[in-house]
Amino acid sequence: MTESVPEARPIVSLVDVHKSFGEVEVLKGVSMDVPKGGVVCIIGPSGSGKSTLLRCINALVPIDSGSIRVADFEVHRLTTDKERLALRREVSIVFQQYNLFPHKTALENVMMAPVYVLREPRDEVRARAIALLKKVGLAAKQDVYPGELSGGQQQRVAIARSLAMRPEVMLFDEVTAALDPETVKEVLNTIRELAAEGMTCMLVTHEMRFARELADTVYFTDGGVIVESGPPDELFDHPKVDRTRAFLSQIL
Amino acid sequence: MSDGALRSTDLPVLLPAAARLSRRAAAERRAGSPRLSLRAEHGALLFAIFVIGCGIAQAQAGADQPSIFATIWKWTPLLARGFVFNLAISFVAMAAGTAFGVLLGFGQLSLRRPVQRAAWLATHFFRNAPWLVLLFYCMFLLPFQIRIFGFTIPLPDWVKATLGLALPVMANVSEILRGAMQSIPTAQWESAASLAFSRRQTLWMIILPQCVKRMLPPWMNLYAILTMATVLASIVGVNEMMTLTRQALSAENRPGLLLSFYGYVLLWFFVYCYPIARWTVRLEARYAVNV
Repeated sequence: MTESVPEARPIVSLVDVHKSFGEVEVLKGVSMDVPKGGVVCIIGPSGSGKSTLLRCINALVPIDSGSIRVADFEVHRLTTDKERLALRREVSIVFQQYNLFPHKTALENVMMAPVYVLREPRDEVRARAIALLKKVGLAAKQDVYPGELSGGQQQRVAIARSLAMRPEVMLFDEVTAALDPETVKEVLNTIRELAAEGMTCMLVTHEMRFARELADTVYFTDGGVIVESGPPDELFDHPKVDRTRAFLSQIL
Repeated sequence: MSDGALRSTDLPVLLPAAARLSRRAAAERRAGSPRLSLRAEHGALLFAIFVIGCGIAQAQAGADQPSIFATIWKWTPLLARGFVFNLAISFVAMAAGTAFGVLLGFGQLSLRRPVQRAAWLATHFFRNAPWLVLLFYCMFLLPFQIRIFGFTIPLPDWVKATLGLALPVMANVSEILRGAMQSIPTAQWESAASLAFSRRQTLWMIILPQCVKRMLPPWMNLYAILTMATVLASIVGVNEMMTLTRQALSAENRPGLLLSFYGYVLLWFFVYCYPIARWTVRLEARYAVNV
């Protein structure tokens, strides 16, 4: 990878990131680079700081030390809300619990942020939102409220809602963890399409087969550090570290 | 009461009642005020009291006196006018209390510590003070007129009474708003922040619209309580239904009328408040499943 075209600098770059919640140190020096268009999966046991890591990247959680750079933003240096909001136009996150706005229809959920945050013309946004809902396979559900959608459908609306901001990077925080196996597939298909279109994606996931299929690089985290990382075939088939082997043997 | 406390009781016979009471307490904590649970039976009971009162009055009536129903009918237009006045007081007090209560509620959620403390203090002071005491304060501490820029604005008794009733309403609305805002999952704030909504936008477009639904049942409940409390204004001499009833009774000068007349007043209030209470319960049940 290094010999090929001198790759532009990574779009997301973390250097020695530390984060504590009170006494508990959740991230103990995490570094990683994600190239533009790359797909990165972060796996690891619960409580290993995976979700916190994603939240740090779009400044929902401030870090204690180290540095995070996303596109042109020095995330760890952002001090005002305004700067953080500017960052979040570039980096969008999809949550495990979808967190759609329950008082708005699917279409309105997708349209809200571009209309009120980006201040784009309503008609334009509407056309784009309809296209996005179609893309995630929910064209027929545009006027339905989240409460009447299944978990998988809500999650796909949430993905469309994030995409409507036209972000550079998409973060997925265990987006299939709350879904039943049947609907996991619909959501994964949506993400698969996104990755194929060249969207930079960072996923925290427990779907190992999906990680193997889609990721360029898989990171295994435990206890707040990256234990091992590498291309999926290598990490899954020939883990070098005992801890990784132990974890994989339990879940595969 | 927690489930643990419930299970560890030495008197298992109390368990069903304890479960019911703790459910109710939880609902009242959520609502921020005691729940008014008016039922149809209560109406029947009031009606029975009224009928018995009429019976007593009829039995005590002398031969030359008109029948009890004729007497009540004669006074009804006046009492109705008083009742309309009660409703007017309740509307104005509710409107003013809601407007200021919403501001106070925002104050309670302010990120600025002094604002938050002050709003908290005001809310709890007015919420926990007896309504009648607040009413008296307003009656006797406010002047009968105020001068602003040379204009003299009179403050008649009923305005002062309305203001006195608006104070506890304000405090309760403040608490209802705070409760509703805090019942919205923090994930909604997080999700809005991740879509680059500012705090203000999040509040107005995402959090508050969801709050309105949750606030409606306790707010209506508060209104019903307020409506019944408007008769307190009679103590400070406002010409509302209760005052007029007393005047009617003294004009008739028949002690036997007491039970039937006050029963009649109770019925009026019941007929007005009962549908509100039922509607509140219905809304609560609907929003409980579909928030």
